[in-house]
Parts: sequence; structure tokens; C-alpha cells
Amino acid sequence: MSITHAAPPRRWRGEGRKALLWMSPWLIGFAVFFVYPLAATVYFSFHRYDLFTLEFVGLDNYRYFFHDDRAWISIRNTLWLVVFMVPAQVLFGLAVAQLLTRLKAGAGFFRTVFYLPSLVPLVAGTVSFVFLMNPSGPLNQIIDLFGITAPDWFGDKDWAKPGLTLLAMWGIGNTMMIFLAALLDVPKHLYEAAAIDGAGGWRQFRSITLPTISPVLMFSTVTGVIYALQYFTQAMIASRVAAGVTDSPGSAFVPGYPELSTLTLPQWLFHAGFRDFSMGYACVLALLLFAASMIFTLVLLRRFRAFTDDEGGSR
Amino acid sequence: MTTLATRPPATASPVRRAGARGGRVRRTLYWIATHALAVALSVMFIGPLVFVALTALMTDDQALTGELWPDTWNWGNFAEVFARSHLLGWLGNTFMYAGLGTLFMLLSSVPVAYAMARFRFRGRKLAFLAVITMMMLPPQVVAVPVYLVWARLELTGTLWPLILPMLLGDAFSIFLLRQFLITIPKEYTEAARVDGCSDFRTLVRVILPMARPAIAAVALFQFFYCWNDYYGPLLYAQINEENWTLSLGLASFRALHSVQWNLTMAATLLVMAPVIIVFFFAQRVFIEGVTLTGVKG
Repeated sequence: MSITHAAPPRRWRGEGRKALLWMSPWLIGFAVFFVYPLAATVYFSFHRYDLFTLEFVGLDNYRYFFHDDRAWISIRNTLWLVVFMVPAQVLFGLAVAQLLTRLKAGAGFFRTVFYLPSLVPLVAGTVSFVFLMNPSGPLNQIIDLFGITAPDWFGDKDWAKPGLTLLAMWGIGNTMMIFLAALLDVPKHLYEAAAIDGAGGWRQFRSITLPTISPVLMFSTVTGVIYALQYFTQAMIASRVAAGVTDSPGSAFVPGYPELSTLTLPQWLFHAGFRDFSMGYACVLALLLFAASMIFTLVLLRRFRAFTDDEGGSR
Repeated sequence: MTTLATRPPATASPVRRAGARGGRVRRTLYWIATHALAVALSVMFIGPLVFVALTALMTDDQALTGELWPDTWNWGNFAEVFARSHLLGWLGNTFMYAGLGTLFMLLSSVPVAYAMARFRFRGRKLAFLAVITMMMLPPQVVAVPVYLVWARLELTGTLWPLILPMLLGDAFSIFLLRQFLITIPKEYTEAARVDGCSDFRTLVRVILPMARPAIAAVALFQFFYCWNDYYGPLLYAQINEENWTLSLGLASFRALHSVQWNLTMAATLLVMAPVIIVFFFAQRVFIEGVTLTGVKG
């Protein structure tokens, strides 16, 4: 694999054994937390399992999936997040980063302020937003000042996901920092040359900035999609707090309030496995989630060979 | 909103032709516009926290009215939160999870990242692909079998199923550390080897001091990840209230104790406070860490 470092085979073997030893914690972890559970998930997906009895049911769990309306709703909601929330986050992060590069005064202060919300614990941030956006909450009070009738956000099935999107945009700190680093890396002389040629701001952005940062843009989008597929905590908390109920093992609470509008695939998986104790069926959903995540991970790896470069093409 | 930030005023080119004075006016206007926009955005980013704090200080009745400014400053709300919930217990549990989790992660992941960045062996690329794959794997995918293992070990109901795995390395931390370590020139480690240093000594004496920023960053990220984690504690600790973390406690606070927004917001603020305080002391580490994870073309 290494063309430039053709080392004698004996040394290779020596380092191989050493590497194996050094990496043993990770190798064991990989076997225990990836290889084994993945195989077991496939195995359980052909069984009915409720923690006590294990019964082989063939493809029943898979067949059930096709008739499970809630699974399809959860998939549709997850896709909504991929199509709307991820671009909103990426574009807003890019815009804020771009603004930061233009500030002459107080750039450090503003960077801190914009970054701070991304550190707020997810649960705390979500509880706050459910309060801020409740029908008589501060946000709607402010919207009312403009004479607009404000929506019931987390109580309305059409507005709950946009509400969660606002929460996501509030926490763009990491995306913004990655874009900022990329933007500051664009060679200045390119802009100077373009300005001399009479290129305006928008033209410069399109012809210089965008092509230069496009790998970072791509990276943020793909990782954004992968994290959207895992979207769980915010949706779960928003529905629980808005509905004012607890979710505990054995309770009748169904996530996704209001009207399943915030039910995502990981939540439905969690509910099937750990609330309804249909663990076999949960494994079917897990395999679906795995397939989707793998597709995007492969895209990421193909686009970012630099990740795996021996000599560190990526910082 | 998105294009607004990126675009200088539309009148850019005609004004520029008007000469030096026009250019200065244009630059001043541009300065004002960008900074005004930044101030407006700051209000949007900080506003939610301000309203949370203001509501946390209101009386029960006023919190329901939707008024924005407290009539009286009810500092007692914070004491009330402590009295009505097990906040201190949750805090202790969260500290244990985040503290031990971070310590274990460092002990296990640093050597792995070092081996991946420095040793040449067949399959190092494959091993690294495995790290990335696991980093991107949604935790829910493997939840059922992993849960069953911990259930058989009778450790469900505790936080150990979240802490112990950190002894087996953490994919994101290994990734980030490895990305940093490959940037350290080989000459350093080679010089150490010529001087007769063992690999372990090289790691401790040469690599670790140079990698301090990266190690600080992964440690902070890990600590915050555990501190903020909701999914893990929900899966394992929910059945045993004694082992709840701040995330679990806060998630149940409103439904369990009251519909009083003022107390809920006081509790929320108490959960946020440590994070915000730590951030102000360790800002630079965070920002360097984030920049480190961003790939470059």
C-alpha cells in the first residue's frame, strides 16, 4: 500500500505486531461494539424477542415493516430533516462565517457569541426553545408586535419541524468555525486579482470563494446528513416537554408529538425496542438506519481521500 | 438572510468609479452594515439565553402571562429547584460519567492514534477506515445487542455501560488525534529512536508535549459530549432514578414537578451554567479543536 516507503518485509512485520498491540484497545472495541452487534442485529431481525423469549419468525419483522405506518412517517420526517434542516444549517453557518471574515472590529467577540449556543446541552437548549416558542412565549410576543399571528410552533404539526430547524440554526457554532477556517485560507491575492479585473462581490464569491471552499462545504453537508439520520434528542425532548408528559419504560407515551410530526427513525427504533420490547423489529429498523448511514459514509470517504492519506493531506 | 451576509452593497462598482471620497463613504457604509448585521445576529444568538434567565427569575403567576420582564426578582426560584429535584445528585452522576469517560478515553485512544499515525504496517489504512466508519455509525444501530450484553452483565440501570466502553477507545477522538499526530514531522520521532528511546518513551516525552493542544481539545470535546449526552443515559440509566444525569433530570423536570415555566427555566439555566463558565475559560481550546476537525481540500 505504501509506494513511497518501501520498507523491508521483516521490519514491516515487526511494526505490524507492535501496532497490533498498541491498537488492541480499539481492535477489541471494534469487535465488541461494531462487528458483534451488527451480526447480532441481523440475527435478531429474524426473531421475535422481548428480552425473555426468543422465537424464530423468518421474515415476519421485515414484512411488518412494510405495513408499519409509523415507520414510514418517521422515515418521511427524517427525510424532511435531510432536505430542509441540513441545508438551512450549512447555508446559515456559511453566511455567518462569511460575515465574520468581513468584520473589522470585534470579530473575536462576535465569533464567541455565535459559537456559544452550540455548547449549550441539547436537552437544555431544546427545553428553552419549547418555552421560548410556546404560544404565549417571548418569541410569539415579539412576532405579535409586528402584527403577525404567530404559530403554535411545537404544538402544531406543521410548525414543529421548522421550530426544530430554528433550534438547529441557533447551534451552528461548529459548522461556522469550520467554514471560517476554510474562508480564511482562501488566498487573498485571488480576490485582489479579481477586483482589478472588475469582479464584484457576488462574482468573487461565486468564482473564487465557492470553488475553494467546496470540499469543506461538501464535508459539512455529508456529515450533516449523517447526523440528521441520527436525530433523536431534540425531537424527543421537544415532543415530551410540549406534551408535558414523561416517557418511561412501560408508559403509553408515543414520541412524535404533535401528531407524529417530530417522530424520527431513531426514535421509532428506540420506542420499538426499549418501550414496546419488540427487539427483533427494532433490529430491522436498525439495519435500515445502518444502510442509510453507510451510503453517506462511503460518499464521504470517496470524496475525502485526504482523510486516509498516510502523509496527512488533511491538516 | 443567507446572501445578505456575503454580499457587499449592490452599488459597489458605480460608487467606486466616483473616486477616493466615494470609496471612503462606501467603505464606511459597508463597515456600518456588516457590524449592524453582526450585532443583530448576536441578539438572536444571545436572546434566547437572556429570556431563559429573565423567566427563571419571575414569579409562578407572571411566568404564565408571557410578559418579558420580571416584576420582582425571585432569586428563590433557584433554591426551589434544588429543593424540588435531585439536582446535586444528577450533577454528581454527570460528573462521574463525563470525568471517568474522558479519563478512560484518553488512556485508550492516545496510544491507538499514535500507532495509526506513526507505525507502518499492513492494514493501517483499513484500520483507519474502520475508525471513520464507527465514528459515523449512529449509536442506535447497534443499540439492541449492546444493551442485551449489558443487561446480561446486570449493569443496566447504571452509567457503567457508557463509561466502561471508553477504555476501548473512542472513534471520534482517535480520528481527531490521528489527524493531528500525522502533522508532526517524522524527524522528531526518528531522532528519539536514534537516541535509543522506546516507543513508549517517545510517545510520552516527545509526542505528548507537542500534541497538547489536540489532547486538550479531544478531552474537552469528550467531556462535553458526555455532559450533554441524553441518548446514552436514557437507554441505560432511566430505570434507576438514582443514576440520572442532568440531561435526564432536566428532561423530566417539567412533567414531574410542575408546569411552572419559571422553575423549569431556572433548572435549565443551572444545567447550562457550568458549560458556559467552562467555555469562557477554555474558548481557545474549543475553537482550535473545531478547526482541527474541519478537512481541508
